[in-house]
Amino acid sequence: MNDNGSVANLSGRQMRLVIVGHVDHGKSTLVGRLLSDTGSLPEGKLDFIKDICERQGKAFEFAFLLDALEEEQDQGITIDTSQIFFKTLKRHYVIIDAPGHKEFLKNMVTGAANAESALLLIDAYEGVQEQSRRHGYILKLLGLTQVAVVVNKMDLVDYDPEVFFKIKSEYTDFLKSIGVEAREFIPVSAKKGVNIAKRENEMPWYKGPSVLEMLDQFEESVPPSHLPFRFPVQDVYKFDERRIIAGRVEAGRLKVGDRLIFSPSNKKSVVKSIEAWSVAEQPTEAKSAESIGFTLQEQIFVERGDIASRVDEMPIVSTTFDVNLFWMGKRHLEKGRSYTLKLTTQEVPCEVIEFKKVIDASTLETLSNQDFVAKNDVAELTLKTRKPVAFDLFGVSATTGRFVMVDDYDVCGGGIITTYTPSNKEDKLRDEVRYRNFNWVKSNIESDERAYRNGHRAAFILISGDSGVGKADLARHLEEKLFKLNFQSYLLDRRNVGLGVAADIAPEDSKGTAGETVRRFGEVSKLFLDAGHVVISTSNAFNQDQDADIRLLAEPHPVVDILITDEAHPNREAAVVLTLKEAKNQAEAAQKVYHYLKDQKILTGHNYSI
Amino acid sequence: MDHLDDLENQSIFILREAYKNFKNLAMLWSIGKDSTVLVWLARKAFFGHCPIPLVHIDTSYKIPAMIEYRDKVAKEWGLNLIVGQNKKALDEGMNHTMGRMVCCEALKTQGLATIMEDKGYTGLILGIRRDEEGTRAKERYFSPRDKNFEWNFKDQPPELWDQFKTKFKDGTHIRIHPILHWTELNVWEYIQREKIPIIDLYFAIEEGKRYRSLGCAPCTGSIDSKAKNVDEIVEELKHHTTTSERSGRAQDQEDTYAMQKLRAKGYM
Repeated sequence: MNDNGSVANLSGRQMRLVIVGHVDHGKSTLVGRLLSDTGSLPEGKLDFIKDICERQGKAFEFAFLLDALEEEQDQGITIDTSQIFFKTLKRHYVIIDAPGHKEFLKNMVTGAANAESALLLIDAYEGVQEQSRRHGYILKLLGLTQVAVVVNKMDLVDYDPEVFFKIKSEYTDFLKSIGVEAREFIPVSAKKGVNIAKRENEMPWYKGPSVLEMLDQFEESVPPSHLPFRFPVQDVYKFDERRIIAGRVEAGRLKVGDRLIFSPSNKKSVVKSIEAWSVAEQPTEAKSAESIGFTLQEQIFVERGDIASRVDEMPIVSTTFDVNLFWMGKRHLEKGRSYTLKLTTQEVPCEVIEFKKVIDASTLETLSNQDFVAKNDVAELTLKTRKPVAFDLFGVSATTGRFVMVDDYDVCGGGIITTYTPSNKEDKLRDEVRYRNFNWVKSNIESDERAYRNGHRAAFILISGDSGVGKADLARHLEEKLFKLNFQSYLLDRRNVGLGVAADIAPEDSKGTAGETVRRFGEVSKLFLDAGHVVISTSNAFNQDQDADIRLLAEPHPVVDILITDEAHPNREAAVVLTLKEAKNQAEAAQKVYHYLKDQKILTGHNYSI
Repeated sequence: MDHLDDLENQSIFILREAYKNFKNLAMLWSIGKDSTVLVWLARKAFFGHCPIPLVHIDTSYKIPAMIEYRDKVAKEWGLNLIVGQNKKALDEGMNHTMGRMVCCEALKTQGLATIMEDKGYTGLILGIRRDEEGTRAKERYFSPRDKNFEWNFKDQPPELWDQFKTKFKDGTHIRIHPILHWTELNVWEYIQREKIPIIDLYFAIEEGKRYRSLGCAPCTGSIDSKAKNVDEIVEELKHHTTTSERSGRAQDQEDTYAMQKLRAKGYM
């Protein structure tokens, strides 16, 4: 067998159209008919298929034009999506014929996710069935709302308008319940070619367009260049002297000279150039859907997964958000299991923390008190990721508001982010940090200049361990050692912050106010860090939550953890681990920390003599 | 942005995903127009460089001009070219008279399997397109192959929103198809726009015959055509062709499901 019904002579853009619906409602037949009626079949193709049918003793069906796999023709069902090209006088189409069998939902999704318009088929004789509803729901979840409903096999019901209007009314109600409005309901017979290419006389009561006329009325989807700029970093290249940040513009536009911020790291820089190979002129602008690369004025650390935006139009950053999801995995989606979330170029472990509503997608029935999602069902749930991710709500910016979930090796679910409320403390603090970073009134002195003068970068050294292990002694010794080496060290004791800056609130051990004390301590540290100091402080090992907050407030400055413990496998990570015995010898312990800071190039040494 | 830009942007995105996600990656270069366009797209994606090694499976029956062209372009473009060959089968006298499907599988599929194993590639980029023939129409951009090189077309991973299958078990590999969504005409229009130097076997230099699809000399027929250059091929495809691209490829016609059978076993 050669060509799959393709007409080779296609030029220009193609409208991507998917055909979905319940198994055996006639999708492949409709596609075959469209090809045949528009003269889009390659020479000899029809005869070739007819010949095979004859040899195999089967009646010819238009569906055979599409079902390329031996199994598909033997079983008479489409297993996988295929793509077919055809054209009308108005434009070119690529039709994606998606399987209607429940077992092949993931193939239907694959087809529909890439489409910009959809035809949903319902068999007039059988009426609305399981996949009619499931596919409708999934089109909505995929954001594909340019849909026309085709009521097929009208010949089997003698072209009876009552049958048609009953289906139309029932399915309109269903679509309304999920917030979709069909562009048209078209009664047809794909097998007999009625109302496919043009309107025929069998149903004079129908005044609407034929299928082809309907297709030509669909609008092409346009890349979202009007939305805020979103650029997920795909990779960073250094093939030559240029350091190129590569990726695709998912929304908005970019110009040379734009000041960008990268989320979630909050690093900022200015676009120096937009790079391209084998072009007449080097570009100075880029827009949505373009795969591009640019260089930055400052060499900041950027990696895959960061999302660049303009500083006043940043995406949301959080670990917790609500989603609508469909599940295609063989195993159920459950609590307590870790999945990989892939959102733009970000990839992080995540888990379900709450099942808000699990729905049987074939009936739209809510499965109450069910805390798992079975294959082919949909759900509203809350996800929590291990690291913060940057995103938008799907309704605001679709390309950065959708994700897939991977179970083991396979993509098993897809979803859209519907709502986000900065409900937990961490999200609130993160919002504060972002607000502060945007609006920070900048000094004329760059942090690099301070680092050059001081002989070190700003850093926060946090010494932790159980009480009585000598944290405070080591902290004082380290401050003094660094000071004597002409470094700007400062010991910031929490109690001192409590005595002044936080004197108006209760001590930090009383419930409810601890968060605020920590916040103030963190903000004070931030000021010293901004001034370029090496800030030294101590922490009790059990206060890991508070330490995470301090770390967040100190961003983007490094936090260096020094842990004093005798445990072989301490439950927290640290840059330097000291035994109790080592910590007692303060001079040696301080020396060890000092070497670490030099290795990490936090202490770089003075480049001038005082 | 016109349709060629759309196609190019999508292909570049896929090439970059492949390059980022696969440590041991290679690209198959058949010397034909599709895989040559692929090499060109790689140079676009990587700003003038092609950091991915190119594998050419030499069946020894290729049209001689193809080898000449291959070596010339590889040198000019600074490509890292790796040539694979199933020497054992050739020594044992394998050729198309032993059956075209048998020959294709031994010299192409097995030739590829051997070099994949030698080099330990886990990702292989190919220039196949959905409009070429039926089974390719059902391919994914990132398509897994099992330990035995086999394609399970009945159970393919879902592919949505450009999130691809990049995780796989040891011993398996992923086929990556960056120009899957292009048509034959798209490829020629792109060659025309970008002025990509294509092997001249595609042009009807004499006698009103040209190759439309390139393969081994004994199994590749030419078609009637007056198209002498890229512009004329584009015109020919737009207005004068209703036969299929691979009609000159004998192995496709061996059996009703020849391509499905060949490709299930790992054929390109």
